[in-house]
Amino acid sequence: MAKTTFRKSSVGKKVLMALTGFFLMFFLLQHLTINMLSVISPDMFNDVSHFMGTNPIVQIALQPVLMFAVIFHFIMGIVLDLQNRKARPVGYANNNAGANTSWMSRNMIISGLVILAFLVLHFIDFWIPEMNVKYIQGDMSGLLEPGVADSGYRYFEELQHKFVSPIRVGAYVIAFVLLALHLQHGFASAFQSVGARTNNNKTALQKFGNIFAFAVPLGFIAIALFHHFTYSH
Amino acid sequence: MNLTLKIWRQKNASDKGKMVTYPVTDISEHMSFLEMLDVLNEQLIEKGEEPVAFDHDCREGICGMCSLYINGEAHGPDRKVTTCQLHMRMFNDGETITIEPFRAKAFPVVKDLTIDRSSFDRIQHAGGYISVNTSGNTQDANALPIPKKNADLAMDAATCIGCGACVASCKNSSAMLFVSAKVSQYALLPQGQVEATDRVLNMVNQMDLEGFGNCTNTGACEVECPKGISLENIARMNREYLKATIKG
Ligand code: HEM
Ligand code: SF4
Ligand code: FES
Repeated sequence: MAKTTFRKSSVGKKVLMALTGFFLMFFLLQHLTINMLSVISPDMFNDVSHFMGTNPIVQIALQPVLMFAVIFHFIMGIVLDLQNRKARPVGYANNNAGANTSWMSRNMIISGLVILAFLVLHFIDFWIPEMNVKYIQGDMSGLLEPGVADSGYRYFEELQHKFVSPIRVGAYVIAFVLLALHLQHGFASAFQSVGARTNNNKTALQKFGNIFAFAVPLGFIAIALFHHFTYSH
Repeated sequence: MNLTLKIWRQKNASDKGKMVTYPVTDISEHMSFLEMLDVLNEQLIEKGEEPVAFDHDCREGICGMCSLYINGEAHGPDRKVTTCQLHMRMFNDGETITIEPFRAKAFPVVKDLTIDRSSFDRIQHAGGYISVNTSGNTQDANALPIPKKNADLAMDAATCIGCGACVASCKNSSAMLFVSAKVSQYALLPQGQVEATDRVLNMVNQMDLEGFGNCTNTGACEVECPKGISLENIARMNREYLKATIKG
């Protein structure tokens, strides 16, 4: 019999979706931790940002893995969604989907696409300028004023500047609310996909997932609002 | 009870089909949903109209033939029942009820409310069995010790009647609950071990070939399954699949 490979089988695709999801959730935690430093201590935030931005392991090994995971996750998410739509060419005249499923579980593609739109904005905001300064202009110093050693690191300043615009902060908040909805289903779902959910642990997984899905996005939102309201020049 | 029914009518597989409205009168609340449809068909025949085609066989919840999408849910609003076990007391006098066939690319409509579920049969043929010689000196099943817990879980999985409500309710038309029940009932028992690797690979492969969608763990299937087949079976199948892939 012609066998599909793991990567092409429906189960395999789901497992890969879950593994990239796990990786992204782990990344979010790490990202949130560093962002939190910007509230606690600008100096610490600057030091860690400089380390992350110039450390070769982070830049050459981890950053491409992250990029790959993000791109893989959203392309696979879109492909799966398109395939799934095709699996029912004639729809129901009356479909009471709310009777057996949550809104979050049915609309992973919508929450996902909003997150994707945000990621594009985030790239334009932070990543492209970083790449420009570091690798095109070749300034790896991380200093506020290039060449002026005692001008201090630029990262905290730049972060605060970004959160001046209420429109950007608004977009940020919306994206993180959608991320919360994505994870409210996604967290436990990823465990199911890799075969780790059982009737014994499912309640605990969902509870923990709810906490994660609520607390992590809230953390990001709180930090954005903190900088928006405390920044003055 | 008097009711208004909105029913999917489709002459044959190539007909486009449409929803048609029928009044039906003199329905007792003690009737089953299928008996209500029998009354409708009698009334249609008396009027010289074509009766509505729908599937049924045992009418006691074990064959899985009576698959209808009623008011937006597989087997209607009640839980853990098939359409033949659904009582009219679940509805109100004067209510409008929509009745549609189970919808999926892999379940094409044959006529009106009847669908072709042979895709499920082909999945079964791909691995939903164990090879035993029936030479007359077959080993007694009770000679093999099986933990009670596993025997119970295997039995629970084996109660799947192949009705297709899981596919019909799933927004992705995924057949994971059905296939995982069939994989699990063997994966949990010693008799199933010999062919375990090929079974899960072949059954998932056939499921994908039939054009069912990919599971996104919404859980609609578990809620609508008349036999209460648990999502745990899907997780088990995913484990079996991973194991089989690694073994090759
Ligand atoms: C930081 C960002 C993100 C995180 C942490 C994340 C996390 C997750 C997790 C944990 C799952 C569950 C996986 C599973 O059920 O096996 C998931 C599913 C999904 N994600 Fe994301 N995701 C993110 C971004 C995105 C983006 C940008 C898209 C864009 C389309 C997207 C689309 C989807 C879709 C469609 C699913 C459901 C697919 C399925 O269950 O098979 N996600 N995500
Ligand atoms: S798993 Fe449940 S809903 Fe699906 S075919 Fe079996 S009995 Fe029907
Ligand atoms: S007619 Fe057999 S299960 Fe309903």
